[in-house]
Amino acid sequence: MLEITDLTKHFGVNTAVDTANISVPEAKMIGIIGRSGAGKSTLLRMLNRLSDASAGSIVFEGQDVTNLKGAARREWQSRCAMIFQQFNLVPRMDVVSNVLHGTLNRRSTLATMFNLYPQTDIHKAIEILDRLGIAEQAPKRAEALSGGQQQRVAIARALMQDPKIILADEPIASLDPMNAQIVMQSLRQIHEEDGRMVIANLHTLDTARRYCDRVIGMRDGRIVFDGTPEQLTTVAARDIYGAGDDFSEAATSTEIETLDRQPELA
Amino acid sequence: MSDISTVTIQSDYMEMVKRKRLYGGAMLAFFALIFVSGFMLADSRNAGGFWQGIPKVFDFPKDVWKDTLPKLDQLPGHFNTYFPSLIETINIAAVSTLLGTILAIFLSLFATRGLAKYLFLIGPTRRVMDTLRAFPEIVIALVLIFILGGGPVPAMIAIAFHTAGSLGKLFSEVNENADLKPVEGLSSVGATWTQRMWFGVIPQVAPNYFSYAILRFEINIRASAILGFVGAGGIGYELKNAMSWGQGKYDDAAAIFILLFATIVFFDQLSSHLRDRLISKGGH
Repeated sequence: MLEITDLTKHFGVNTAVDTANISVPEAKMIGIIGRSGAGKSTLLRMLNRLSDASAGSIVFEGQDVTNLKGAARREWQSRCAMIFQQFNLVPRMDVVSNVLHGTLNRRSTLATMFNLYPQTDIHKAIEILDRLGIAEQAPKRAEALSGGQQQRVAIARALMQDPKIILADEPIASLDPMNAQIVMQSLRQIHEEDGRMVIANLHTLDTARRYCDRVIGMRDGRIVFDGTPEQLTTVAARDIYGAGDDFSEAATSTEIETLDRQPELA
Repeated sequence: MSDISTVTIQSDYMEMVKRKRLYGGAMLAFFALIFVSGFMLADSRNAGGFWQGIPKVFDFPKDVWKDTLPKLDQLPGHFNTYFPSLIETINIAAVSTLLGTILAIFLSLFATRGLAKYLFLIGPTRRVMDTLRAFPEIVIALVLIFILGGGPVPAMIAIAFHTAGSLGKLFSEVNENADLKPVEGLSSVGATWTQRMWFGVIPQVAPNYFSYAILRFEINIRASAILGFVGAGGIGYELKNAMSWGQGKYDDAAAIFILLFATIVFFDQLSSHLRDRLISKGGH
């Protein structure tokens, strides 16, 4: 289904992603873990074609999407939804309009500029919001919502695209534990009910274990682990995070961000 | 139960969308009407008529081009001749921008709710800025030239006034977006109004002030060139002469146009460079 071969990304002299090989034969929920700067975001951004690959290839269902340009690239992006850590909604527009942005690739630019979306799309947008439990927020401005609600609006926008793949770049890193759980459960539910492939960057081991069918570990741009959650032992996790014997499971659960900022561990 | 509420939400939202579309359509029709009626009014008042005149619009650039092409070798000489008057024009623009900006900062701080030292002065300060903006530079300059005689000083004063008015308005809008928490923090340590503004507001708004002031400087270069036409000296005076010499001698005018264009490009590049440094350094 999805074949990533020797995918590489250079930023000047730095290599953010180093010859990554991932093969996904069927729609699974995949978690990518690793500490900040391991290349997780860069990998997802290359998949969505927000940034170009330096080398290697991405093939989805037989179509090489690595070097698509213009309209073809936008068409691919509409089939490959992305969810961001900071939600990336349009703050001053209402929730339904933000969800309707998921259809932009299918509609004419002029019609969308005048907000002329078909009624069926508007109804569908509200149904998706209802599925995610935030239908009553529909007419509010996106900026008036809490972080967890905004992330669910972002997921609704992704669903509105009716994508084959949903990429989620640290979807819960800005959320409190309660909202993080709701968002992760929504993603899992979407995967199970709709059969969409979900690839999520996560920085906590327990989230990856709990929600994903397969876990990929990255360290310094390289893929150093690829297996089931059961295979992800403490030793493997130490290798991924480049930590010593003092590394414990609990340390990555919520405080990994603060740990990463400490120079002696980085 | 959930289904019923979803349907209600859907119909409520559709209601809202329809209302918005109605407003949007009405606005669009309104603008189209203004555009068409304004155009027709202007066209009927125009002595020559718009459609007959339009082919002639390019006659002047064509003449300039025709006169300049055979004399390209003389252009550097013209640049030399007119460079001193360009410097004079830039000088007028620089001094008036500086004076106007300083005045604008004070006016804007007095005119912004939440920052103003005296609440009762907010309205009067805004009216002062309105007045400064209301009179075109050229009117103020003509009056001052009548009183003070020709030369750069009347032009400078005229441009500085207009700059203070328009920058004051822009600055006070920037001030409104400033975060008031630092100001509150400084109040809590017993800082004076001037100290609160200097340490709490200016660092936040400086990059925006700077880019507006630089844009104004560009506008002022053009304004001071125009004021040369009415006797304020500088490159505008030379341009007026060069253009009145008539056909066959437009190469001087071409040289001046190129100088003006190069000046704007130069200051545009300089300002974006300075602004990048100002922001990337993380200082204010």
